[in-house]
Amino acid sequence: MLRTRSIISARALSRSYATATPPHALVFLEHRQGVLDSGSLSALTAAEQLGGKVTGLVIGAPEHVQGVVDKVKNLKGLTSILHSTSPQYSEPIPETVSPLLEKLLSDSPPFTHIVSATSSFAKSLLPRVAAKLNSPAISDVTSVEHDSSSNSTTFTRPIYAGNAISTVRAPSSIPIKFFTVRGTAFAAAQSHDASEAQSSPLEPVEVTNSPTDHVNTSLTKSDRPDLGVAGRVVSGGRALKDAETFASTLHPLADALGAAVGASRAAVDAGYADNSLQVGQTGKVVAPELYVAIGISGAIQHLAGMKDSKLIVAVNKVNPLSTPLDIYLRPIKDSDAPIFQVADLGLVADLFEAVPELVQKLKA
Amino acid sequence: MRPSAIRLLNILVPVKRAVDYSVKIRVNPQQTGIDLNAKHSMNPFDEIAVEEAVRLRERMKDAVKSIKAVTIGPPKSIETLRTALAMGADSSIHVEIPESAPAPEPLAVAKTLQEIIKRQKDGVDVVILGKQAIDDDLGMTGQMLAGLLGWSQATFASKVEIDTVKKEALVTREIDGGGQEVRCRLPVIITTDLRLNEPRYASLPNIMKAKKKPVEKLTPADLGIDYTPQLEILKVSEPPQRVGGGKVANVDELVAKLKEAGFTAV
Repeated sequence: MLRTRSIISARALSRSYATATPPHALVFLEHRQGVLDSGSLSALTAAEQLGGKVTGLVIGAPEHVQGVVDKVKNLKGLTSILHSTSPQYSEPIPETVSPLLEKLLSDSPPFTHIVSATSSFAKSLLPRVAAKLNSPAISDVTSVEHDSSSNSTTFTRPIYAGNAISTVRAPSSIPIKFFTVRGTAFAAAQSHDASEAQSSPLEPVEVTNSPTDHVNTSLTKSDRPDLGVAGRVVSGGRALKDAETFASTLHPLADALGAAVGASRAAVDAGYADNSLQVGQTGKVVAPELYVAIGISGAIQHLAGMKDSKLIVAVNKVNPLSTPLDIYLRPIKDSDAPIFQVADLGLVADLFEAVPELVQKLKA
Repeated sequence: MRPSAIRLLNILVPVKRAVDYSVKIRVNPQQTGIDLNAKHSMNPFDEIAVEEAVRLRERMKDAVKSIKAVTIGPPKSIETLRTALAMGADSSIHVEIPESAPAPEPLAVAKTLQEIIKRQKDGVDVVILGKQAIDDDLGMTGQMLAGLLGWSQATFASKVEIDTVKKEALVTREIDGGGQEVRCRLPVIITTDLRLNEPRYASLPNIMKAKKKPVEKLTPADLGIDYTPQLEILKVSEPPQRVGGGKVANVDELVAKLKEAGFTAV
C-alpha cells in the first residue's frame, strides 16, 4: 500500500513538471445484452469536452460485444475502442470487472480521466476501482472543463438534492480523475460519417475466487419508453389510491402522449408502482421535454429529480374540508402544494375527473 | 462434540450527521458553502443502516454478537451516535474532528473505516452504511471501503439475509430498471437503499439506556489518516431558479397551452 502511494506521488510530481499533455479519457460504454445504454452516450459527450483523445471501453459476453463495438465505432468524439470479452462479463459485477480496470490503469497508463454514466453498475464499480488506485472520485457531474496547462479539471455537481451547485476542481496532484456523469446534463453523442474509431481487443482478467456471485437480475418489462431517456413523462403520486388506480388513471394519459411513466417516492412506498419508476433525489433524475405530475404534492426530494424538465404540468386537487377541525390537521391546501411553484401549467382539479377529460380532449 | 463453528456476527454501522432533509437549504453569501445553522440529524440512509443491523439481531438473536456505530465529525456528532445507540447499537466510536474542519472526503472516510476495522479484535463481518449522504449526494464511501479491503460489496440493498453457517449474505439490490440478487461471501459491505426498512423511533427508555453505552473517542492522528482534502471546492452557488406558478383554469385551457408548446397526442 505504501509502495503504491509513493509510485503515484512520483508520477504526479513528474506530471506537473512535464509540458502540458492533452487529456486521454477512458469512457465506460455500457450495454444490457447488446443494447447500448443511453447514459453512456452522455458520458461520451462529457469525455469529449475534456478536449483530448477518448477511448471507449466495451465489456461483455462473447455474443454481445462485437455488436456493441459496431454500434459505437461511428460515434462522434470516440477516438478508439477497447473491448474485452468473457462469460464473466455477461452479468458483470464490480468484483469481476474491477481487476480488469486496475490492470488497464496500472503501469503508466495513458489515461488521465475515467468517465461513466451514473448507472447503478458504474456507480458501484468506479469508486471501488478509484479507491484501489488511491484516487478520489466525483459523482453526478453536470459540467466539465479541463485546463491542460495546469492539468486540472473543474466540475459542477448538484448537492443537497440539487438545492445548491458545487464547483469542484481536481488538481494535477490527482493523476487519474474518476467521475460519473448526470445523463440529463450532457446530450447523447451522435453517430457521424467521419472516420471510424479503431478497436482493439483487451485480454479479460478472469477472477477465479470472486467473493460475490451474481444470482439473478429481473428487469420490469414494459412497452413504454424508458423513464431515464423519454422525452415525455407522466408521473403519479400518493393521491392515486392503489396500484390498479395508478395504472388505470395514468396509463391512458401516458399512451396518449407517448410518454414514460414515473412515480413519486410516496407512490412507490405505498406499492402503487415499481421502485424503478421513482423520480427524485435518490431515484431517477429526469429532464424531459414534458413532465406531467399527477397527484404529486412536490416534496423537495421529488423536485430534485424533475425540476430541470422543459415544461412542467401539475394536476392536483384541493381537499374539501370535512370538518372545521381539519384545518388544523391539514393546514396546507394542495393548491399551495410545492409542485405548483415549479409548474408552468398548474391545474387545481380532481385528478380523477381531470385526467380522463385530458386524455379524451388530447385525442379529439 | 461441538457443532461446526457458526461465526457470530460483528456488525459495524458508519453513520453521518447531516443537515436534516426537511431544512430549506440556503447558500451562504460568501458562496463557500451552505448555511449550516440549521437542524441536523442522522443521514436518513444511515438510519436505515442502523435499523437493518438491529433487525438482523431481532431475526438472528445471539448470532449477532455486536453492533458498533462509528461516526467521523465535530463534537456535536456525538448526538448521532447516541441516536444509533438508542436504536439498538451496543457501542460506538467517535472520530472527532474540529468544528471548523471541512467534511472528510469519501476516500478519507473509507481509509478511516478500514483502519478501525483492522483494530477490531473480534473482527468485522458486516459493514452496513447508507448508499449516499443527503448533503453531498456523492454515494461512494461504501464502494471505496470495499475496494480498499478487497471485500464483497452489495450496494442499494432492498433486502438482506445472512447465513452464518454458510458465512454468506444474500442481498437483493435496486438497480436501473429492476432488481438484482447477489450472493456475498462474508465479510461484506452493504449500502442501504430507501426501501430496505423503515427505521424505528427510539423509545424514551432506550434513549436513557443509550447514555450509558460506551463511546470510544479517537482522532484522525490516532488512526494515522490525513484528512486534507484532495479536491478543491471553488464555489457553492444557487441553482438557476425555476419560475413556476402558472395556472390554467380547466382542462380545455391545459390542452390548448400544451398544443401551443407543441405537445399533442401521438
